[in-house]
Amino acid sequence: MATQKKPSVDAVLVGFGWTGAIMGMELTAAGLKVLALERGEMRDTNPDFAYPRITDELSYGIRGKLFQNLAKETVTVRHTPGEVAVPYRQLGSFLPGDGVGGAGVHWNGHHWRPLPDDLRIRSRYEERYGRKFIPADMHLQDWGVSYEEMEPFFDQFEKICGISGKAGNLRGQIQPGGNPFEGARSSEFPLPPLASINSALLFEKATRELGYHPFPQAAANASRAYTNPHGAQLGPCNFCGFCERYGCYMYAKASPQTTLLPTLLHRPNFELRTRSHVIRVNMAPDGKRATGVTYIDAQGNEVEQPADLVILCAYQFHNVRLLLLSNIGEKYDPATGRGVVGRNYAYQLNGGATLFFDKNQPMNPFVGAGASGTVIDDFDGDNFDHGPLGFVGGATINCINTGGRPIQQMSVPAGAPAWGAGWKRAIKDNYLYTTSVGSQGSVMSYRDNYLDLDPTYKDVYGQPLLRMTFDWKANDIAMTQFIGSKIEGIAKAMGPRQMQLAFRKPGDHYDLRVYQSTHNTGGAPMGTDRSTSAVNRYLQTWDVPNVFVMGASAFPQNFGYNPTGMVGALAYWAAKAIREQYLKNPGALA
Amino acid sequence: MPHDHARRGFLRQSIAIVPAAALTGAARPQETPAAAPTGTAAAASPYQPVFFNAVEWAFIQAATARLIPADDTGPGALEAGVPEFIDRQMEAAFGHAALWYMQGPFVESPPEFGYQGKLPPRDVYRAGIAATDAHCRAAFSGKTFPQLDAARQDEVLKGLESGAVQLDAVPAKTFFGFLLQNTKEGYLSDPIHGGNKNAAAWKMIGFPGARADFADWVGRPGVAYPLPPVSINGPQG
Repeated sequence: MATQKKPSVDAVLVGFGWTGAIMGMELTAAGLKVLALERGEMRDTNPDFAYPRITDELSYGIRGKLFQNLAKETVTVRHTPGEVAVPYRQLGSFLPGDGVGGAGVHWNGHHWRPLPDDLRIRSRYEERYGRKFIPADMHLQDWGVSYEEMEPFFDQFEKICGISGKAGNLRGQIQPGGNPFEGARSSEFPLPPLASINSALLFEKATRELGYHPFPQAAANASRAYTNPHGAQLGPCNFCGFCERYGCYMYAKASPQTTLLPTLLHRPNFELRTRSHVIRVNMAPDGKRATGVTYIDAQGNEVEQPADLVILCAYQFHNVRLLLLSNIGEKYDPATGRGVVGRNYAYQLNGGATLFFDKNQPMNPFVGAGASGTVIDDFDGDNFDHGPLGFVGGATINCINTGGRPIQQMSVPAGAPAWGAGWKRAIKDNYLYTTSVGSQGSVMSYRDNYLDLDPTYKDVYGQPLLRMTFDWKANDIAMTQFIGSKIEGIAKAMGPRQMQLAFRKPGDHYDLRVYQSTHNTGGAPMGTDRSTSAVNRYLQTWDVPNVFVMGASAFPQNFGYNPTGMVGALAYWAAKAIREQYLKNPGALA
Repeated sequence: MPHDHARRGFLRQSIAIVPAAALTGAARPQETPAAAPTGTAAAASPYQPVFFNAVEWAFIQAATARLIPADDTGPGALEAGVPEFIDRQMEAAFGHAALWYMQGPFVESPPEFGYQGKLPPRDVYRAGIAATDAHCRAAFSGKTFPQLDAARQDEVLKGLESGAVQLDAVPAKTFFGFLLQNTKEGYLSDPIHGGNKNAAAWKMIGFPGARADFADWVGRPGVAYPLPPVSINGPQG
C-alpha cells in the first residue's frame, strides 16, 4: 500500500468526541495548528438527528445507527486469564460511539463531579479503615489530582454544557435541595433543575421519609434556553423520551455539536478529517518521541500525518489499543503485576427494581429525558460507614426515566409469559404503569481485570483486536447486594402494586448480552507513580512526553457516577497544562 | 445509561421463569384454527415476501400468529404486519449481520458471551424453518408446522424455546430467540418498518409513538395522556 505523507501540524487529535472537541478549542485558542482525525462520519443536529426520523426506536435504539460498527473493529472478552477470549460480536453490554461527537452524541447527559474522597480513595480507606481493609488483589489507587485542583475545570465544563441542577455545597455552605455530600462548588449550576417526572415525585417523598437526602439529577439536558460562554445556543429539553442511544433534535442535550463545534469548525487554524482511522502513533527511532500518526483514509489509502504533539481522544478502548499497537509504555502483565498499559480496566455494577402500579397511577413512561429524575448519594463513595460492611465502594440510587420506548423499555411482572396471549395482555396492562429505581455502582480495579492485544482476532485493517479480561469480583458483588437491600426499602415505600429486584449475586458472571453501561474505564490509568500509572497527572505518557491520553482510560478505578463530568474536566485540566507549561518547555511535566 | 438496565434484566428474567403450564392450550382464552398459508395475513396485507419462499412464508405467518395471537386484547402479529417486518429485516443489515463482527474462528462459548455462530440471522431463519418443518413432519404424521393445530404449534414453539426440540442445522434456542425478538420488534416498532400496522399495538399499550414532545406533561401524576399515537410518517388509522 502506497503511503501518502501530509504536511505537518502542531497537534493531531485522534478521535473527535468530547475530549477531541475540548482539546481542539483550547489548543487552537493557544494559536496551534490543530488537526482532528475521526474514524466515523460527519454528524450534526441537522440533518442527522432531525425530527421525526430520530424517533425511530428500531433503527437507533435497537440496531444502533450511531454506535461503533463492530464489523470493522471490536474487542474480545474472557472472564479470566486462563480462558480463550471470543469477540464481542453484537452490541449489548456497552455501546461505544462512532462519528463526530462520539458517545457524546448518544449519552443521557448525567453530569457528576466525583466526591473529593473518590480522587484519593486509597488514602481515605487507609486512614478510616486501615490498610488491611483493602483486598490484596485490588489495585486501589489515588488519582494524583485533588478535587480542589479540579474544581475550576468542573465549573468550566458545567458552563460549557449548560448543566441543569441544584447545588448542594456552595463554597462550603450546605444548600437545601442539593446533594449535601458533594464537594464545595464555586458557583451554582448554570440552569435550574429539570421539572420532575411522575415516578421521581414518589421517589423523592419515599427517600425523604426514610431519612435520605434526595436531589434532582444534574442534567446536560437544558431546562431552559441557554447560551454558553462560546455563544452556542441550547435548549430547552421537551422530554421527548428519545435521549440515550439517540441524537437530540431539540439542541437541548449538551454534545460537542451543541456546545463547541459551532465555534471550533470555523477557526482557520483547525481542520477536521472524517473517515480517517488512525492505526498507530509513529515513533522516532529512539522511541522517546512521537513523530505523528498513520491513518487509513476513506479510500483505503495509508496516510502519514506528522505532528509535534499527539493527543489520543478516542474512546477508552481505542486509546489503550493505540498505546499497545504503538509500543508506548510497558505492557501490563498480570502474572508479575508489572507494566502499566492495560492495567486497571474497570466498569460499573448496576442493579434495580421494577415497580408496577395500579391503573389510577399512570407513570406515563414516554415522558422522559436522559437525566430527568431524582437521586440519593447516601450510599455512594465513602458517604457511609464501610467498616461493618467490609467492601470498598458504593452506588448512587436513582429514579430516572429516560423514556418509554416500547421494545427496549417494556417490563412485565415476573411470571408473565414471554409470548402468546398472556404476554400481550401483560404489556397492555403494565406499560403505562411501570417505573424503576436503579443503582449505578462502582467497580474497583483488580490484578487480573485488564486489557491487552488479542493473539487471534483482527480488525478489518489486519491489526489485533483489544482483549478484555474481566469478571465481577466478590467486593463489588457485596456492594451491589447491600445497595439492593436499600433499594428494596425505597421501592416498597413508593407503594407499588407489585415489584421485583435484579441485583448480581455471588457466582454471577459478566454477561455481554445485556446492556449495562458504556462507562468502561482504565487501561491507561493516571497517577503520580510511574510503576502503577500509564500517564501522569496531566494525562501525559510517562515515556513519550509529546503523547497525551484523554478520557476515561485514565481512571484508576471506577466510581458510582457517570464519567463525563470528570472526563471533560480532565481534558480542560490537561489543556491548561499543555498551554501554560508544555508549550513553553516541551518535555515531561512535573 | 444505567436506567433501562433493570427493566431489561427483568424482561430476561421473566422469560427464563415462564411456567410451562401457563402456556398450555387449555389455559388460552381463544384458540383459532391453524392459519392456512395464505389465510388472514393475505387479507390483512397484500405484501409479497422478498426473502422468504412460499414454504418459509407460510411458516413465518403461522409461527408469529402463535407468538402474538389475535384476540380481544389487541391485534395479533398477522394484522400488525409482523411477517412483512421480518421479511424486510432479512434483506436489511440485520439479516446479513452486516454490523456484527463476523470473522472467525467461531468458538462455542457460554451464553453470556452472546451469539457466536457463523450464520447471519437470515441463514439461521432459512435453516431453522426447514429443520422445524422436518421435525414436525417426523413427529406429526407428515404435517408441516403451518398444518398443525394451534395447540401443537405452541408445543413445538415451546420445544424450540427450551431446546427440547433439537435441530441439526442450527441451535433451536438461537432460531427461536431471533424469531421471538423480531416478532416483538415488528409488533412494537414504528410502522415505517412494515409492522405495527396503523400503530395498533401502540394504541393498545398507550404509547404515543413519534409525538416526542411532552414539555406540558411532566410531573402530572394521575393524569392520562390523551392523544393517539403518530408514526414517523404521520397520523395512523
